[in-house]
Amino acid sequence: MNPRRKKRLLITCSLIFGLSLAMGLTLFALQQNIDLFYTPNEILEGKNETGVKPEIGQRLRVGGMVLTGSVKRDPDSLKVSFDLVDNKAGQVTVYFDGILPDLFREGQGIVAQGTLKSKNSVDAFEVLAKHDEDYMPPEVADAVKGMSNLKTEQ
Amino acid sequence: MWKWLHPYAKAEHSYALAGKLMPWFLVLTIPSFIIGIVWGLAFAPADYQQGDSFRIIYIHVPAAMMAMAAYSTMAIAAFIGLVWQLRLAEMAVAAAAPVGAIYTFIALFTGAAWGKPMWGAWWVWDARLTSELILLFVYMGIIALYNAFSDKVLAGRAASILTLVGVINLPIIHFSVVWWNTLHQGATITKFEQPSIATEMLIPLLIMIFSFATFLGVMILYRFRSELLQREQHRAWVIKLVQIKGRG
Amino acid sequence: MAFTSFSDFIAMGGYSFYVWLAYGVSIVSVIALITHSVLTRKKILKQVEQRLQREKRIKAANNREHSL
Repeated sequence: MNPRRKKRLLITCSLIFGLSLAMGLTLFALQQNIDLFYTPNEILEGKNETGVKPEIGQRLRVGGMVLTGSVKRDPDSLKVSFDLVDNKAGQVTVYFDGILPDLFREGQGIVAQGTLKSKNSVDAFEVLAKHDEDYMPPEVADAVKGMSNLKTEQ
Repeated sequence: MWKWLHPYAKAEHSYALAGKLMPWFLVLTIPSFIIGIVWGLAFAPADYQQGDSFRIIYIHVPAAMMAMAAYSTMAIAAFIGLVWQLRLAEMAVAAAAPVGAIYTFIALFTGAAWGKPMWGAWWVWDARLTSELILLFVYMGIIALYNAFSDKVLAGRAASILTLVGVINLPIIHFSVVWWNTLHQGATITKFEQPSIATEMLIPLLIMIFSFATFLGVMILYRFRSELLQREQHRAWVIKLVQIKGRG
Repeated sequence: MAFTSFSDFIAMGGYSFYVWLAYGVSIVSVIALITHSVLTRKKILKQVEQRLQREKRIKAANNREHSL
């Protein structure tokens, strides 16, 4: 390799290396802000790495699985409340007034956006359904029901 | 190997080679597209949770995958172009950018049309969606930068540098669903694990991925040839080519 | 076949708007890309051809001048 080409190779490589280093450090610093949501356990106990707990009145998103049997609908309006759980001990109640997405059901992963009302309840103005990466026909889903097809989101 | 590769570093030979390869890619694209789209839309079973809305996967996933594949190709070409000062590699970068941009747009748009009924929102600022949007902006930046210079040697170099800068975004897109809590689900098809999709749904998906890949090849080759003609328009071989075309 | 009738197919289990919107916009963008690529190539070839003809005319004019 001639020296000029070697120099260009060096410059190009250091450009890539420097940029990835800068980007990596930025992302590392931003880590908790890039997370879309808190898990119920993180609302109660604080973030895993930093221990940062959300304050009451703070706008946040909470993501977890709808606890089976916890969905309470108001018969006269669209008001609904349900509990979100995760694979740790956390449990947070979400209050929502609006139309739920098609995928909303018990056992489904949900991300709710709203304000923290008390230590373990959230007043949501938006409820989004989170689904997993498994796709299968209904017959197959019936066959594996009770197995591990309903993963907790984490 | 260099002896064998050397003639293709000449514009005229690359033009001929690209022209020879293109029909093969096209022959693979058309039937796989038709089979894949009909299979995916009409014959694959509906999903147990998402019903028929999951059929959007058959364009969403191939477009997203190939948008990233196109970018990887461009990054390699940009690297070669910068280090060895190979103008042909820079032309390949310029040829691939619009195709990648369109694929990224398709991935974003179909994702929105899928997210609305399933998640409940067209758009969410989660790490996966945001990094994919950044990819679209990077693609548009490369295209704009390349067209901004009238000196195409300078333009090629500037676009190549921007391509290398943007390459950091690729691992971020890929691992965003692993590193952070996102609304977007994890990868369905990974290299090392069994895909988490039923086989009768997977086959048309793989066919569509193949189809998008070969179409990417067709478009890159076609645009690469145009790029060559444009930049070599004062050379004898282009003049000869145009004269033959004009007579015929 | 996942659908029993053609209208069933169009209805897409109630998601027709989203499915056909996604497929429609994708096809339109791909067609736009193809059209743009073809037009660009044609434009370049035409430009070169026009330049060659211009050069030919200039050459012919010069020759006439010299022969006078």
